[in-house]
Amino acid sequence: MEQSSDAGPAIAPDLLRIGSQQFQSRLLMGSGRFESFELMAAAVAASAAEVVTFAVRRERLYDSSGRNLLDFLDLQNLKLLPNTSGAYDAAAAVRLARMGREILRSLEVPVDNWVKLEVLGDSRTLLPDPIETLRATELLVADGFEVLCYTSDDPILARRLKAAGAVSVMPAGSPIGSGLGVLNPHNLQTIVADLKATDPDFPVIVDAGIGTASDAALALELGADAVLLNSAVARAGDPVKMAWAMRLAVEAGIAARAAGRMGKSRFASASSPEIGLLTSPVGVVSRISEGLGKVKDN
Amino acid sequence: MSTSQPDSVGTMPVLVNEQRVDLPAGATVQQLLLQLGLPRRGLAVEVNGEIVPQRSFDERRLFVDDRIEVVSLVGGG
Repeated sequence: MEQSSDAGPAIAPDLLRIGSQQFQSRLLMGSGRFESFELMAAAVAASAAEVVTFAVRRERLYDSSGRNLLDFLDLQNLKLLPNTSGAYDAAAAVRLARMGREILRSLEVPVDNWVKLEVLGDSRTLLPDPIETLRATELLVADGFEVLCYTSDDPILARRLKAAGAVSVMPAGSPIGSGLGVLNPHNLQTIVADLKATDPDFPVIVDAGIGTASDAALALELGADAVLLNSAVARAGDPVKMAWAMRLAVEAGIAARAAGRMGKSRFASASSPEIGLLTSPVGVVSRISEGLGKVKDN
Repeated sequence: MSTSQPDSVGTMPVLVNEQRVDLPAGATVQQLLLQLGLPRRGLAVEVNGEIVPQRSFDERRLFVDDRIEVVSLVGGG
């Protein structure tokens, strides 16, 4: 993948490692809710994502259009990641994961033993069921899967999922399809710090809730390794343009994270020198602000 | 809904994605897919809760009232 800005410094961010795979892109794209296969394919291309997620569903037996969405994607360069959406307990998730693996095997794609695990506990809030998610992770890891595990942003649960063998823990920024962004940045930072404490390359992926480009950039600035999103692009006014924006956002976010942001302060700090001013500054706050109110961001 | 034995003209009912499908008695998974006009590629087939690998489609015989699931990938997040 070429850098999006030819004028930028020679920043080659580390590759994203997920289990046995590695990727240049920090964006994983969902393929649902697009108005057409053509639009989905154009958005995926604009996003520069290398991983695209899918759901496993019953084949329509008699009213099939004959059009297969896989025919619209570049399977040489994209990795297909089946999910377990629709599962509300561990047994259903394991069944869907095995079906997804079988589909990938039939396609003879290079990676066929991975799954985005998603076990929900409630059809209205779409919040994950933590107990069944952990149970399913254990079962799938034992069955040889590389499990990318969708979860809530609970740091202790994230730790348990990693300990159970998930190759990536994927906390929600906010509820699925809500577009509310990263609602609890502190939990995300705690998850990142905890899971990476002894394993700096362990990938934390913010999955769900991203609404626009700044949400994706923020997730990476907070320490996530990547974002997985779908609705933010599919339901944007112009999905292809938003996919492009998301590509830029994850590049910006990972670069900003690598650069290290400045500290935050309650007070202003002039960029122009105070020495050589023609007139005296007005106000007292600026006089007493030196060394006060510094807020350390990290 | 269905008889539990092959009928006199040698067909048997099975359930595919909860819909009744009549197959020739002794049909294989591959014959089922052919009858439904489905490809071998990009599908997973489960018979009575057990995955049938693609390489076994030609050999795996189906029986009366088997419960079959045929699934594929669709758009999803």
